[in-house]
Amino acid sequence: MVGWAIALHGGAGDIPIDLPDERRIPRETALRHCLDLGVSALKSGEPPLDVAELVVRELENHPDFNAGKGSVLTTQGTVEMEASIMDGKTKRCGAVSGLTTVVNPVSLARLVMEKTPHIYLAFDAAEAFARAHGVETLESSHFITPENIARLKQAKEFNRVQLDYTVPTPKVPDNCGDSQIGTVGCVAVDGAGNLASATSTGGYVNKMVGRIGDTPVIGAGTYANHLCAISATGKGEEIIRGTVSRDVAALMEYKGLSLTEAAAYVVGQSVPRGSCGLVAVSANGEVTMPFNTTGMFRACATEDGYSEIAIWPNN
Amino acid sequence: MGGWAIAVHGGAGIDPNLPAERQEEAKQLLTRCLNLGIVALRSNISAIDVVELVIRELETDPLFNSGRGSALTEKGTVEMEASIMDGKKRRCGAVSGITTVKNPISLARLVMDKSPHSYLAFSGAEDFARKQGVEIVDNEYFVTDDNVGMLKLAKEANSILFDYRIPPMGCAGAAATDCPLQMNGLPISIYAPETVGCVVVDGEGRCAAGTSTGGLMNKMMGRIGDSPLIGAGTYASEFCGVSCTGEGEAIIRATLARDVSAVMEYKGLNLQEAVDYVIKHRLDEGFAGLIAVSNKGEVVCGFNSNGMFRGCATEDGFMEVAIWE
Repeated sequence: MVGWAIALHGGAGDIPIDLPDERRIPRETALRHCLDLGVSALKSGEPPLDVAELVVRELENHPDFNAGKGSVLTTQGTVEMEASIMDGKTKRCGAVSGLTTVVNPVSLARLVMEKTPHIYLAFDAAEAFARAHGVETLESSHFITPENIARLKQAKEFNRVQLDYTVPTPKVPDNCGDSQIGTVGCVAVDGAGNLASATSTGGYVNKMVGRIGDTPVIGAGTYANHLCAISATGKGEEIIRGTVSRDVAALMEYKGLSLTEAAAYVVGQSVPRGSCGLVAVSANGEVTMPFNTTGMFRACATEDGYSEIAIWPNN
Repeated sequence: MGGWAIAVHGGAGIDPNLPAERQEEAKQLLTRCLNLGIVALRSNISAIDVVELVIRELETDPLFNSGRGSALTEKGTVEMEASIMDGKKRRCGAVSGITTVKNPISLARLVMDKSPHSYLAFSGAEDFARKQGVEIVDNEYFVTDDNVGMLKLAKEANSILFDYRIPPMGCAGAAATDCPLQMNGLPISIYAPETVGCVVVDGEGRCAAGTSTGGLMNKMMGRIGDSPLIGAGTYASEFCGVSCTGEGEAIIRATLARDVSAVMEYKGLNLQEAVDYVIKHRLDEGFAGLIAVSNKGEVVCGFNSNGMFRGCATEDGFMEVAIWE
């Protein structure tokens, strides 16, 4: 038997090296706090599915990450959140999109998985489902932060999203060169090799209303089976095309690569530079957190005492 | 080997008691769609264009569960979804929650070609459709009397009905309750009946795939299935094009369409071996079927369900339309 392991992320993207302290420190502190929460849950024997959910809830509640409160805004200045969760042991999964008032999208995704015969509910119906199950909802003003209003304004001014429809290859904006990017996610494995993954996001700044990214797409943003659990972040359209999270597991299954090799391959070869990062754990307690962007807010810990909290590449 | 190939499907998991005239109607539609695709391929139309035009035909015809003739939601409305993928650069487009766009597959194509995104849904997708000037109709256009009848039966049986295309009188009620195909440890049968799909490899070896559906009869509003999910219901790469149908949840969990290509890429299997492998090993207790073409001009259909409406043809003259094993 090997030990437990956990990894979490707060988004991969063009995080500037000169990120001011007042933007960096709160995020590092949050990563540490979430890591501690996750570690202590694993140590108490909580199942990885519960651990992944509780860590992502915590990241959703933190306004400095692009999920739940603090989600970036659509082109209409609204919030549309999405999330997914997957239990590696059973491969059961749940996903939600288009949420506007649900405080913790990842928990609604879990409810979809556990309380419906379906996997994925979206928009008005997902909101109605939330209410029918007494899930915590708040006015959308709860989720909208002044920083994100400013980011949207900036994005519109710079017209970062190329709405020029003659461009054949979709261009995706870098997120105004600041730190509210990507997605949040958590993967966990217990000593018995049970795996789980969860991911949650507000999408990206100035996105079209109704735009769905990789986060709720099983096999793109989230995947878990008996070998590994992965949560990806970055440019949603590239992660969808690259079926990123499924591919890490597929390389392990079909080519016999280790977790680290498989994850490095996908991030290095299957998606364009600057588009993607992921966190992953394997059934035998390996952890890896590769990214091909400037940085990725991340943290991990293993039972044998290793732990790490970082933003930029380690070397 | 080499040359173009095309396959179409109209759904997996079929009532063994389906009346002969319904079987015949289905075969005629599949034949007609194959022929449309064949004519286009002979005119050197590219794989992605052929996929779109064939699926448009399937959506427009009310027989199968896509576009007009879609299964109905619990409220008696139609909510459609579709996805399309071009293997050459793995470009893709998908839509969900479509209620007034006459051809969802074409909207998915527009998302791929004309928007900065890969997947649009509900009101955002409908707004995009209007801005793109696609053909818009009332939701009633998609609703057929047959399906109104089927919905009533489904509600009476209080289950998500496996859409048998049986006329809504006589045997249908009995078939629903002693349906031998209910499964999966859940209180309701969860087949996604008669999704449509098309996969094509053109003369230049380019693969493309597309899938379109109205989803499950009596589904919850806002429920999204496998058809619009890249990697689940639809996938295309430099190696192959795949479209799946059957139990949506099983297909999603299995990332079925992606896995066909993945075993070719990572295990070096050929198309037939890859399809056999995923059907055998990736579905666990789920039931599904798929059609696939390879960049070598091969075409394969595989399913573990009770039948699949399908047709396929290759440049060297092979053509087959079938329902059962």
